[in-house]
Amino acid sequence: MVEINLWSGLRRFADGKDKVEVSGKTVGEILDDLVARYPGMAPVIKAGVSISVDGEIIPTGRREPVKEDSEVFLLQRLKGG
Amino acid sequence: MALDNKNNEFKVIGSTPNRPDGLDKVTGRARFGADISVPGMLHGAVVRSPHAHAKIVKIDASKALAMKGVKAVITRADFPEGLEGEDWNLQENAMAGEKALYDGHAVAAVAATSPLAARDAAKLIEVEYEVLLHVTDVDEAMKDGAPAIREGAADYSVPEGLHPNVVRFFDTGMGDLDKGFAEADLVVERSYTTEAAHQGYIEPHACLGQMGADGRGELWCCTQGHWFIRRMSTAVLGVETTNIRVTPSEIGGGFGGKTTITIEPLSLALSRKAGGAPVKMVMNRGEVLRATGPTSSASMDIKMGMTKDGKITAAHGTFRMQGGAFPGAPVDVTTMLAFANYTIENVHHIGYDVITNRPKQAAYRAPGAPMAAFAVESTVDEMCRTLGLDPIETRLKNASRDGTRSTFGPKFGPVGLVESLEAARDHANYKMPLGPNQGRGVASGYWMNWGGETSASVAMSEDGTVTVSVGTPDIGGSRASMALMAAEAFGIAYENVRVNISDTGALGVNEPTHGSRATYASGLATIKAAEECITKMCKRAADKWGIDADAVIWEDGSAKPSGPNAGEFDPLSIGEICAEMGETGGPISGHYEGSPTGFSGSFGTHVVDVEIDPETGHTTVLRYLVVQDAGKAIHPAYVEGQFQGGAAQGIGWALNEEYIYGEDGRLQNPVFLDYRIPVASDLPMIDTVIVEVPNPGHPYGVRGVGETGITPPLPALANAIADATGLRMRGLPMTPPKILAALKAQKNG
Repeated sequence: MVEINLWSGLRRFADGKDKVEVSGKTVGEILDDLVARYPGMAPVIKAGVSISVDGEIIPTGRREPVKEDSEVFLLQRLKGG
Repeated sequence: MALDNKNNEFKVIGSTPNRPDGLDKVTGRARFGADISVPGMLHGAVVRSPHAHAKIVKIDASKALAMKGVKAVITRADFPEGLEGEDWNLQENAMAGEKALYDGHAVAAVAATSPLAARDAAKLIEVEYEVLLHVTDVDEAMKDGAPAIREGAADYSVPEGLHPNVVRFFDTGMGDLDKGFAEADLVVERSYTTEAAHQGYIEPHACLGQMGADGRGELWCCTQGHWFIRRMSTAVLGVETTNIRVTPSEIGGGFGGKTTITIEPLSLALSRKAGGAPVKMVMNRGEVLRATGPTSSASMDIKMGMTKDGKITAAHGTFRMQGGAFPGAPVDVTTMLAFANYTIENVHHIGYDVITNRPKQAAYRAPGAPMAAFAVESTVDEMCRTLGLDPIETRLKNASRDGTRSTFGPKFGPVGLVESLEAARDHANYKMPLGPNQGRGVASGYWMNWGGETSASVAMSEDGTVTVSVGTPDIGGSRASMALMAAEAFGIAYENVRVNISDTGALGVNEPTHGSRATYASGLATIKAAEECITKMCKRAADKWGIDADAVIWEDGSAKPSGPNAGEFDPLSIGEICAEMGETGGPISGHYEGSPTGFSGSFGTHVVDVEIDPETGHTTVLRYLVVQDAGKAIHPAYVEGQFQGGAAQGIGWALNEEYIYGEDGRLQNPVFLDYRIPVASDLPMIDTVIVEVPNPGHPYGVRGVGETGITPPLPALANAIADATGLRMRGLPMTPPKILAALKAQKNG
């Protein structure tokens, strides 16, 4: 299982939790499992998020690997000027 | 994707050759957006709303269409229906539907045989409006009774009970705020505002669009990202993406404002309606200011706690930002990066994205970060003054660094905030004595940078010179940087590399030159594509020598046997290999496609000295220092240019620039005479120090540098003014009348 840290505004979509456990070996798999376990997260993921895995920010890559002991944060989608 | 660190002994990286586009630009040969012309083209003009908020009752174009030389008129009826989400927002912004949502909103457009005929015809298009109540201020837009600009625009994130003008909501943080504030010896709670500021690029938007009845065509335009323009324009027009090929012109500045569409789909729609004749459109400055995106304005509340010795124990920020009549204010970035300079265990951010009757905001250099920096760094400065602490030493005590947890969650890798603070502290500017009415301000800032979808090619020519093709338009000298990186990889001279910005037909999708990503991402792509060429050239040499390719190495622009066991062969130079490539297997080229994730943020620290004229309230910037982490400066002069440009724009935002709306909701200052950006005589020479903490996610250690520089100036100026006068200015811009009024109030007690 992989632990995902959610930003606090997402607690209401995840049974009040700010950390949730999901399964998967890639960014795409853990996001899919997150939505499967917490359907309220579906619009969040659809709107676009970035994800941080062990400090590396992955804007869009669903195939990037995730390990069970990885530190994972869900972040708001970023863009620049 | 982590890339291997290279033991960097650079030969050309770090040198400062002339930019390859320099001669064209100083001789007038470079072709910018408005320089594109083709035979038989028409000229477009736009009819814009004079009202901040109005229902469009009727549009009558009969008089315009009867005018000689007029070939087409378009309204929203000429665009497809049924778009959703951001595509609908883009379409609605490009051409109003049922309502005009801001002063300057396009409601119709006309194509005619001359620019004058088009403008005259636009005046003949009669639009009947039913004027509606409007709101342009972010705080007013959130109050009960404010006109709802668009019911149902809010997304999933907005809790029940908020005004319908609140369209996105953010809530993020960690730790225990109550505990953190209880540990503090000083708790300060302050409110701040910033006004909308325009990117102020010198070149107005310009394009030439051609599209036939079959929906296929071409678009030439000035843009930061032509794949974005292609996707957005085709979505708005309801045609398939590859139907339109987009070619970027040279670009006279963008700063984020040219990452989205304005007149581009209008030129294509006019062309289609005019039977496929190309239609050229060029905005004037008034149109740029009224109808293209400035950045958001903001209203913010900051609460911070600090111990007597300067340890920050807790921080809370509430950020209300308006992004015009559509969702998209950069409050997500604001909330994430507000306290990023500091290691704070107990921190919380709340953000509101609010719609108002203003133009759709567009990205502007570190979008969202400068506003928060103004509020947070001003508060930190005030706390340091209250507690008698040095502002740099206090920042060092709390600074984010390798291994500390960021206030937005993940831990930092190697970053250069500590190094930038130490360099600022040790710089001569920080020790210069100050005179009467003079003050010094310090502030730090951060931008986290970006990777993004990237595609590039490198092709070898018959004489061993190299063509690099990238998809990120060159705004700040990136062609020179790409050429330097390619030259370094190949071991050849800078002059032997030519860099082209390819059109959308020549490469895979590229994100724009935004997010400070071009030198990082297109540079990485260039190096990777060059390495593929080198691998192929080593194979050609190995085949010629009859040895295994693994036994060939590449050094100083030549293939060589890797050691005595590989055999004794004279090196084959890049020129020799390429001269024979037609007979040894055909053309040699390399490619890179990917979304690199090894980007890393850049911290910077600014020190500014000002003098305040007590008679007029005018602020003179006496000296200015930018210290920033570049990872590795590929072309140091252009890195310094980015530092100086960011500082100059930030100084303008801090002291003068603002969107001023009248009671009627119309923009009062849509010309550069009244919307005053800094000119050369307003600024001192901006001193720079380049800090280099290599980014392990780039082969040469590069970090993006374009955006961080606009973040510290806003609070640095406010802190300097406070030092000079004792006045804490909490609303931008800090214009002479505002400072004079504050001085008078201070004098009167």
